[in-house]
Amino acid sequence: MQMPKPNAEILARKAEIVARLRQVLPASAVIDDPFETKAYECDALSAYRCPPLAVVLPASTEETAAVLQACHSMGVPVVPRGSGTSLAGGALPTEDSVILGVARLTQVLETDYKNRFITVQAGRTNLSVTGAVETNGFFYAPDPSSQLACAIAGNIAMNSGGAHCLKYGVTTNNLLGVKMVTMGGEIIEIGGAHLDAAGYDLLGLICGSEGQLGVVTEATLRILAKPEGARPVLIGFDSNEVAGACVADIIRAGVLPVAIEFMDRPVIRAAEKFTHAGYPDVEALLIIEVEGSEAEIAEQLGKITKIARRHNPVELRESQSAEESANIWKGRKAAFGAMGQINDYMCLDGTIPVSKLPETLRGITALSKQYGLDVGNVFHAGDGNMHPLILYDANKPGDLEKCEDMGADILKLCVEVGGCLTGEHGVGVEKRELMHSQFGTDDLDIQMAVKDVFDPKWLLNPAKVFPLDASEGRRQ
Amino acid sequence: MTPTSEAELGEMIASAKAPFEIIGGGTRQIGSTEGAPLHTSGLSGIRLYEPEALTLVAQAGTPLAEIESLLAENNQRLPFEPYDLRALQGTTGTPTIGGVVATNASGPRRIQAGACRDSLIGVRFVDGLGRIIKNGGRVMKNVTGYDLVKLLAGSHGTLGVLTEVSFKLLPAPQATATVLVQEAAATSAATMAKAMASPYDVSGAAHVGGVTALRVEGLEGSVAYRGKALASLLGGEVGLFDWVAQRDVQAFAGREGDVWRISVKPSDGPTTAEALRKLGAQDVVFDWAGGLLWMLAPKGTILRPAITAGHATLIRGEGQTFQPEPAPIATLSAALRQKFDPRALLNPKRMG
Repeated sequence: MQMPKPNAEILARKAEIVARLRQVLPASAVIDDPFETKAYECDALSAYRCPPLAVVLPASTEETAAVLQACHSMGVPVVPRGSGTSLAGGALPTEDSVILGVARLTQVLETDYKNRFITVQAGRTNLSVTGAVETNGFFYAPDPSSQLACAIAGNIAMNSGGAHCLKYGVTTNNLLGVKMVTMGGEIIEIGGAHLDAAGYDLLGLICGSEGQLGVVTEATLRILAKPEGARPVLIGFDSNEVAGACVADIIRAGVLPVAIEFMDRPVIRAAEKFTHAGYPDVEALLIIEVEGSEAEIAEQLGKITKIARRHNPVELRESQSAEESANIWKGRKAAFGAMGQINDYMCLDGTIPVSKLPETLRGITALSKQYGLDVGNVFHAGDGNMHPLILYDANKPGDLEKCEDMGADILKLCVEVGGCLTGEHGVGVEKRELMHSQFGTDDLDIQMAVKDVFDPKWLLNPAKVFPLDASEGRRQ
Repeated sequence: MTPTSEAELGEMIASAKAPFEIIGGGTRQIGSTEGAPLHTSGLSGIRLYEPEALTLVAQAGTPLAEIESLLAENNQRLPFEPYDLRALQGTTGTPTIGGVVATNASGPRRIQAGACRDSLIGVRFVDGLGRIIKNGGRVMKNVTGYDLVKLLAGSHGTLGVLTEVSFKLLPAPQATATVLVQEAAATSAATMAKAMASPYDVSGAAHVGGVTALRVEGLEGSVAYRGKALASLLGGEVGLFDWVAQRDVQAFAGREGDVWRISVKPSDGPTTAEALRKLGAQDVVFDWAGGLLWMLAPKGTILRPAITAGHATLIRGEGQTFQPEPAPIATLSAALRQKFDPRALLNPKRMG
């Protein structure tokens, strides 16, 4: 993975740039000590690291505007950062950039149960949004696995999903409004407590723009009434194809569970070893969760298990208690950590049409053999969002490169069968050069023209999303 | 002009010297326009339907009825309940799926299942330079590149001519029940808020003619349970309500006057309606738990001064159709439009 060469002229002006940042922000909000900036050298895609020129931590929208205006006038690139949990390198700095962290923006500004929304500062973590409203019987629906740590700012930048989006949608479907600062330092408000836009849907455009169009400092989020209850069922099969066919039949029958999770044998074994959740040793495992009152749960699970039994499951276990439910989910939630115990791994998140599942899994198995690297598959089966985990050894020279090549081939396969490169993690730097395989020149050009409108000098997170050769002329 | 392929449309626009008025079925006439009529009816047909993947891809000129009947045969549906403006506007013609997307037409279920823009997962379109562009795709989770799908939804044909649209679908419910509460408009917002704060997954919350109506949909046993629970929570009764009439605002069909569609914070609904009445509005239909007001007013009545937060669109009548936006938003929108259609060829008089 290449990053553009840092601008030597900016590096030479470091002292002057930091002095200017200290003029517009309190002293404690500007970090330039190399020992301290090292903490910001990477996000959760930790294979790539580069300490930034400096880090700023504004405590208000106005401070954010002041610092962006200063960087804009000095021509210094800015990389926004939520909690740094991006798996795609969305918050990876360059040597000549200033990291703008929203970690000090954590306040709840307004909760309105009558109108079912909450307005928060964008550095607040995903789970603590639900934490702020759950005693009143509400929750915030998008639930990325990193929800304990990840910030709403990053969720909006990447349009984060989660396990329950089959029913509740992803971030863009739950976002009502933002306050945002453009690279030029202008504060703009989009959307609010009412639904839909008067004109163009700029909110939909901002969500998922990977911090390239503006820095979101406040967000108004839709909150929902908590269901009366939820219960999962665990179903094991002796083939991936049969598990896939079972999912298709459930959806075809008109039942819409809130989550359908799929794990294959390597992941089941790792998760079982790690958590002792009691998973059977099978080829494929489904965890299907439904919501509602006791009677409603029974009605839905009745239909689901009836369909599942037609496919001769090796195991079918309906949860009978809260403890059992937690146990069923425990292995799935710990799956990534469990795989991490075995090896270094790279996690991809291409999405495929669910009808192409068996074919894609066969293709991944073939690639695994070809490259000589093991793969485990965990994914959101209801919506086709795959999560192949490629295992490699970071200490073995050449293994990371081999893993990256194999990852690229898997993602190209996802595109070939009618899917896309990334379902919920974002492009960042990781999938940037693969964008050519999904988009033509004009498709990319019109997206970059959108950035031209919001950030004409291409100073905000410039080396992300678009292939470097495609964006070169615009980045100067 | 009626192009029959995306490539033909691309060439037509690339070589054009004068503007076009883009027409699907011509049944959603919102705002003025000028230019040579450009019909999308030659770009018709369902390209892909995978019921087990809950996805459908259709060319933009496909009649909405063709899509809805195919989905109904398979016990599925478009989640967002698109409204039909023919009765309200007195238009004739065949509504197309492209027109639904271009106007982001979303009915009562918007409060539960989202708007058209939330179900739309992919678009193909021809921009103002004649370039064929794709964005999104046919999978329901996709964050690859910028989301131009949302931008195109509701852009009224000003950013590109849609050629193909993809949707995620929902199963059609086995059963539906509506709880009715007889009450005045003033108290309806509180009733609807109470219903929406319940765990009963309300999929429609309307108030019209002294009746508040709350809808639940789903499996039979579940609907029976939730209907009963909701009736007891709100002090209402399970009864009959015409959700198609509600969706299409049939209450105003054939009546003289301007028709406005106004989006506000739900709890502001009744007070906004009252303020609009003082400015001359004659009648109101509430939807979206109070957050959507359809207002009937004598021709030429100025209503926007009473809307402090939210926006109003003039659906029927002469005047400024779209809500003027704050300067920074208007500037960004105008600049985006310039990028997508630098020669101002596509519906030039529409939207601002």
